[in-house]
Amino acid sequence: MREAPLLDVDAIDVFYGDFQALFGVSLTVERGQVVAVIGANGAGKSTLLRAIAGLMQPRRGGIHFNGAAIGNAPAFAVVKRGIALVPEGRRLFPSLSVEENLRIGGQSGRPGPWTLPRIYKLFPVLSERRHLPATALSGGQQQMAAIGRALMSNPDLLLCDEISLGLAPIIVRDIYAQLPAIVGDGMSLVIVEQDIAQALKAAAQVYCLQEGRIALQGAARDLTRDAISAAYFGV
Amino acid sequence: MTEWLNVILQGVLIGGLYAMFAAGLSLIFGVMRLVNIAHGDLIVLAAYVALMVTQTLGLDPLTSLLLVVPAMAIIGYALQRLLLNRTLGDDLLPPLLVTFGLSIIIQNGLLELFTADSRKLQAGAVETMTYQIGTGIWVGLLPFIQFAVAVAVIAALQMLFYRTALGRAFRATSDDQSVAQLMGLDTRHVFAMAMALSLAVVAIAGVFLAVRSNFDPAIGPARLIFGFEAVIIGGLGSMWGTLAGGVILGVSQAIGAQIDPGWQLLAGHIVFLVILAVRPQGLFPKVSG
Amino acid sequence: MSEQVRYRVEHATRSSRIGVGLIAIVLMVLALAPFWGDRQMLRLLAELLTFVALASLWNLLAGYAGLVSVGQQAFVGLGGYLLFAMVILAGVHPIAAIFIAGPIAAAVSIPVAALTFRLRGAYFAIGTWVVAEVFRLLASQVSVLGGGSGVSLPAAAVIAMAPTRQAREFEIYWLALALTVLVLAAIVTLLRSRHGLALTAIRDNEVAAQSNGIDVTRVKLIVYVLTAFGTAMIGALIFLMKLRISPDTAFSVNDWTAFVIFITVIGGIGRIEGPIIGTIIFFFMRQTLSDLGSLYLLIMGAVAIVVMLWAPKGLWGLIAERYGWQALPLQRHLVFDDTAPRSRDKRA
Ligand SMILES: Nc1ncnc2c1ncn2[C@@H]1O[C@H](COP(=O)(O)OP(=O)(O)OP(=O)(O)O)[C@@H](O)[C@H]1O
Ligand SMILES: [Mg+2]
Repeated sequence: MREAPLLDVDAIDVFYGDFQALFGVSLTVERGQVVAVIGANGAGKSTLLRAIAGLMQPRRGGIHFNGAAIGNAPAFAVVKRGIALVPEGRRLFPSLSVEENLRIGGQSGRPGPWTLPRIYKLFPVLSERRHLPATALSGGQQQMAAIGRALMSNPDLLLCDEISLGLAPIIVRDIYAQLPAIVGDGMSLVIVEQDIAQALKAAAQVYCLQEGRIALQGAARDLTRDAISAAYFGV
Repeated sequence: MTEWLNVILQGVLIGGLYAMFAAGLSLIFGVMRLVNIAHGDLIVLAAYVALMVTQTLGLDPLTSLLLVVPAMAIIGYALQRLLLNRTLGDDLLPPLLVTFGLSIIIQNGLLELFTADSRKLQAGAVETMTYQIGTGIWVGLLPFIQFAVAVAVIAALQMLFYRTALGRAFRATSDDQSVAQLMGLDTRHVFAMAMALSLAVVAIAGVFLAVRSNFDPAIGPARLIFGFEAVIIGGLGSMWGTLAGGVILGVSQAIGAQIDPGWQLLAGHIVFLVILAVRPQGLFPKVSG
Repeated sequence: MSEQVRYRVEHATRSSRIGVGLIAIVLMVLALAPFWGDRQMLRLLAELLTFVALASLWNLLAGYAGLVSVGQQAFVGLGGYLLFAMVILAGVHPIAAIFIAGPIAAAVSIPVAALTFRLRGAYFAIGTWVVAEVFRLLASQVSVLGGGSGVSLPAAAVIAMAPTRQAREFEIYWLALALTVLVLAAIVTLLRSRHGLALTAIRDNEVAAQSNGIDVTRVKLIVYVLTAFGTAMIGALIFLMKLRISPDTAFSVNDWTAFVIFITVIGGIGRIEGPIIGTIIFFFMRQTLSDLGSLYLLIMGAVAIVVMLWAPKGLWGLIAERYGWQALPLQRHLVFDDTAPRSRDKRA
């Protein structure tokens, strides 16, 4: 018998007020797997991650994590179960220093391999600037801090929303180069990217969202360029 | 000359009390952008709680703080969880009107329970002890204790805000509520903790107010205004600025009163309005990083 | 010539046409009150009318312009004191004094706004309260007007208004009715004007209004000044009815702000009908609960909190939503009009 997936999103509908952003979206993530979610602007990628993280509650459908239903759990409870989100646009706390931003990531108190020294080993530049306010970091450093902050909660599942957004390609390459070190511990990963090539390289499984619906899914190596661009642009 | 020095010194000392009024107000504004119109009435409520504690248990007022502070903190936590959290959002009106309604409820509830009579807490010998610190310059022990406590309260709040996990949670929640939730912070709890802390400070301020002068159910709004003026004079978001604001207000009132008793409050308000006119960001605004 | 869809902009709806008819009848009945009501009734109605006016003005300020003031007692008291000063010190006729008090208060409100507008949101509210306190303290320094203990209107000036007490009471009652109708009409006119559209835009979304070229601060300033104008006239009238003024009654936050806010919130903030409904409920509660003393105020506070949290649009909001009623025509809507004679195209 197959082991149950770590995360099982089952046909969720998500609304902003009266506006429906997701229509019956389903997605599964196995333990240790890297899954990419791609799609055009406004397709609903961030909404999907926010729903998984508990910032929004789906009106219909369910979300199971480690076998427990978390569809109606608030975000602060979801993170304690082991899901961390690196939000779109990084959103570090401007009133906190770099180190405080990392420490507050560990606020939920989950034990595990990720500690302050290990984050500093992964991203040495953060260690040098630990006492500066988060706003004093460059864009790439802020992204490192945002990833580090999420890792500090020792999640079983890490959700990354467009970590390459607004960064120079060389910095994006650096950050993606660290992914294996992160996933090495058996952590699962969902990455949302506009940059399809980057996503296909990093992920085993790919989902393509289009106007709130899953337009395509499959193993990264099985998907053709044409199929993807058809699903992406809806042509 | 020494007469004026005495006046200014008294003003500085009462400024400590105003700083405590202000600190609680500033704290919750900083964390959740809530302006609590009932703040002054809660100070008066604390004074009445202290009155009951001292009368029923026979404690002296300063010892009663051991009970009054936790009692007010619990009231604050419950108030925020049960009522005020529901008012928070983009709209300005609900928190304002709900705390305004609360102010009326507290005033009239106290009136119903304790009548409009003036009360005072008796602290015994400390009230009358004075020390000469220079030729012709005297400091009362009680005002001195009160000022020292105010400085300690401000210092403690500053420490808490910048050196503890709770303070970090306050600042993070104030920056970005939804990301704070992603860190495992239940923002409803964080807000309730902020209100609990605010009312703990209110409790200390209320007890010193009650020892220092007469009080009755109607004096709350004026305390709110003093606290508010100290916050604005000092500059929003700065704890030490709050102390400076309180002292400036206290000294202005003392000088006004020395000129003409009718000018005590007016002098304070006028200094506030002048500072608002020439330096609306306050004297010591928080430098944003 | 192209076929065009004809339309005109209308304010009226079916319910508002009925509403206008009803209003006319109510006004008639009110105008005739001296002939059907006794003295006590007249006094009560006059007081009720002044509260309708004060609450409508506050509603304009807070509900439409987003300026939540808890210091409107500054202008009630200022109006009252201006009336007493003009009558006592300059021998002005009391009724003339009411109409002079308005523009003076409007002028005073400009520097007040210059200061208080520096404070945002809820801090603005407390700032306005400080100003009212300053006014109160200044009033108690004016010894020719009785200082802290206040002063009565001289009998000669009272008698000069009308020879008999009854005539005076009729006169004051009609004055209250006229002023209240005037204030309401002015508010409706303002809301239906270009500024009214700007106000609605500001109420709905201040940032968007700003970026659409509306000078938000200017519109707010205009509303603030006009509100001070009206509030001071009503304040002058209130203290003409009371015949006595003192700093504590003139600048009372309970009487002129707390009650007014509760009336507006309970009736429905941001709606023209709200303050009217609210005042009727308020007076009803006052008549039935006033035996309870301070408990009655406590209940008022609790009711206001409950309404704010669970029915934030107030009683009129609930009614209007359920039945689509609208007594005073304010919203614009388009009426497509095929039967109207086709007028010429602009180029024709
Ligand atoms: N706070 C909000 N209120 C209302 N609608 C929203 C809100 N946030 C997003 N939407 C709408 O929901 C839809 C999905 O948005 P979402 O942010 O999930 O897209 P996305 O795929 O992440 O896009 P992007 O690539 O631009 O980040 C869009 O149509 C967007 O306009
Ligand atoms: Mg997105």
